[in-house]
Amino acid sequence: MAINFQQALGIHPQTLAVRAKRAEVISSNIANADTPGYKAKDMDFKAALAQASQKQQSGMSRTHAKHFDIRSELNNGVQYRTPDQPDTGDGNTVDAQVERNLYLENSMQYQASLQFLTGRIKGLKKAITGQ
Amino acid sequence: MSLFNVFTISGTGMSAQSVRLNTTASNIANADSVSSSVDKTYRARHPVFAAAMQKAAAGQEDSSVGVQVLGVVESNKPLTVEHNPAHPMADKDGYIYKPNVNVIEEMTNMISASRSYQTNVQLAESAKNMLNKTLQLGK
Repeated sequence: MAINFQQALGIHPQTLAVRAKRAEVISSNIANADTPGYKAKDMDFKAALAQASQKQQSGMSRTHAKHFDIRSELNNGVQYRTPDQPDTGDGNTVDAQVERNLYLENSMQYQASLQFLTGRIKGLKKAITGQ
Repeated sequence: MSLFNVFTISGTGMSAQSVRLNTTASNIANADSVSSSVDKTYRARHPVFAAAMQKAAAGQEDSSVGVQVLGVVESNKPLTVEHNPAHPMADKDGYIYKPNVNVIEEMTNMISASRSYQTNVQLAESAKNMLNKTLQLGK
């Protein structure tokens, strides 16, 4: 049985990509916590992960400069957050505390995925060395 | 790699907040700078923030949004005019003009800016940790 690295690592590489993207979205919210009119955004994790794994399977190669690069975007799944407080007067919907906790949560989940990946890699190493 | 964008974004946040801290410092420093005419009097300055779309990669403008300072505007609140003929800066009618700086407002502004700055620093710090862990993947 040939070892396919794509399958050996499971869904975790895509999960990492989506988590990293989400970190970016949430950090945008925090950077714009004082920007008038800025609307907080977040990712629909399920949709983004589904899209990421689909892209992984059907990654098309570009053979012409005018071809669309359909792999480069992980954007679907980014949506505006529903604010849980009435407008404070400047149209900004960022709740800095909520965003910070979400960022923390996201980074813990990122590290969890890393742990899973490390486990997989260790398993592979064990299989290769046979020890 | 999107995690590197976190550094860019929190960097824009830090520089915007430091502009805000700078204007606050300038306002507080000049809170008592009197002058003898309306035109020459210091007016409170405030930065205007706006979301800056990162045009690094096509199709990614939606999610990674830094912050930029569009400019610094002067407050148009009325100046404090005081009748004080004994003052060396008094004009010919004996009036001196004080800036429209509200020191209490500026102090709260300062605390808010410094907290926001710290939050951005922590963002960069935890992004750094995430990247470090990723570099050690499989070890």
